[in-house]
Amino acid sequence: MAEVMVVTSGKGGVGKTTSTAALGAALAQTGQTVAVVDFDVGLRNLDLIMGAERRVVYDLINVANGEARLHQALIRDKRIETLYLLPASQTRDKDALTEEGVKRVIGELRERFDWIICDSPAGIERGATLAMKYADLAVVIANPEVSSVRDSDRIIGLLDAKTEKAESGQRMEKHLLLTRYDAARAGRGEMLSVEDVLEILSIPLLGIIPESEEVLRASNVGSPVTLNNAASAPARAYMDAARRLCGEDVAMSIPMHRKGFLDRLFGRRAA
Amino acid sequence: MTIQTKPTRAIRFRGRSFLALVLNPELPVGEWLGEVDAWLGRSPGFFGGKPVVLDVTGLSLDRKSLPALIADLAQRQIRIMGIEGAEAKLASPDLPPFLSGGRPASFMGRPEPEPEPVKTAANPAAHSLLVEAPVRSGQSIVFPEGDVTVMGSIGSGAEVIAGGSIHIYGALRGRAMAGAYGNARARIFCRKLEAELIAIDGLYKIADEIEPQLRKKPVQAWLEDETMKITLLD
Repeated sequence: MAEVMVVTSGKGGVGKTTSTAALGAALAQTGQTVAVVDFDVGLRNLDLIMGAERRVVYDLINVANGEARLHQALIRDKRIETLYLLPASQTRDKDALTEEGVKRVIGELRERFDWIICDSPAGIERGATLAMKYADLAVVIANPEVSSVRDSDRIIGLLDAKTEKAESGQRMEKHLLLTRYDAARAGRGEMLSVEDVLEILSIPLLGIIPESEEVLRASNVGSPVTLNNAASAPARAYMDAARRLCGEDVAMSIPMHRKGFLDRLFGRRAA
Repeated sequence: MTIQTKPTRAIRFRGRSFLALVLNPELPVGEWLGEVDAWLGRSPGFFGGKPVVLDVTGLSLDRKSLPALIADLAQRQIRIMGIEGAEAKLASPDLPPFLSGGRPASFMGRPEPEPEPVKTAANPAAHSLLVEAPVRSGQSIVFPEGDVTVMGSIGSGAEVIAGGSIHIYGALRGRAMAGAYGNARARIFCRKLEAELIAIDGLYKIADEIEPQLRKKPVQAWLEDETMKITLLD
């Protein structure tokens, strides 16, 4: 049965697109069919992260408006054959999306794929609300800092109010993915702790993605981080998160900072 | 333990709306004043004690003619409480304040008093609201009828406004306004105080004014002699 999953956060720059690509690739690597859909109309990025920017012909708006067929717009990944991208249009804006159009596209995708992952734009306006509208479950991305957490709280409120599932009286399944987690800074008390974030947002934790240069390195070469360097810390964290999405029980570990010589030397003064 | 808040009296602000008569002079103003005189001849004292707003839209008055018009009206015992439709640059301390955002209303008929809400003692549920989910940032719960009980937390940027008391069994990180429709006996209870603002009967305290030793603690807040008191619950 197809699962429609929205990746959303409210705040920009917290890692929605990175996480969409990484989770999409990780799920597709298990042999399931996955479509990642870019809802950031006008500011599309997912095609770049997926390394498919030179193969975009039709986009989500074309399909939603009936100007192109779904199979014409879907781009198959060159590395994983069960992974597809439905890109956003860069030349239109979010008002070009209609509720009926999105509903029809999601319905068509449901017939073809095991997972449909909607990469939400930042904000709480039309693009973001349409990306979550027809979702079955949500992955809420937050960084361990107050503004991101408050925006995520706002988004959780919208997920519980403005989605088709919520409107029909059902409970929207929500998972928290804590990204850009810097163990060293958390150790120094410069960021919110995992416990703080969980207490404020009170939704189950799907995973903790450590801050890493690997993420930037992967996006520069147009590859989901789980494919670019599968052994790296963020890739392993994303793959664990994907396994948890599939219902597997995977132990969660909070990234710890290994103290170096200087940390030990100066460690006490900070306290 | 009771922690007294500063003895300074808070200044209380409330909004209130009144009906005012609006006078809209027509050009030429001299002739229009003549008509006013004729009208006053028929109904002397019509304007006596009534709040009157002068709408000068379309009259293109200047720094001299506007005070002159107000003086002419004052001679006729018409006191102007505000001026509508005048250019902002004409404002001066000698003139009544400039107003905007007025809405038309029928003056002669007094506004109908709101029908008294039927008190149904048999149905206490109508006087309290139970919120079982957390109140998320951006959400606003407004319940003028009575008490609000929140099972979860109130997020930063969320607010609960109640006619009665507010009970929060989680953390209060947003705003809670109890007795918001005039009830000084309303209270606020919460398990963990991290509020951005708490208010009772229009008196409020922002986060900076809340004693640091109360933060993150279970507390209650109430009013005593127009002063907000906050104490630990245990």
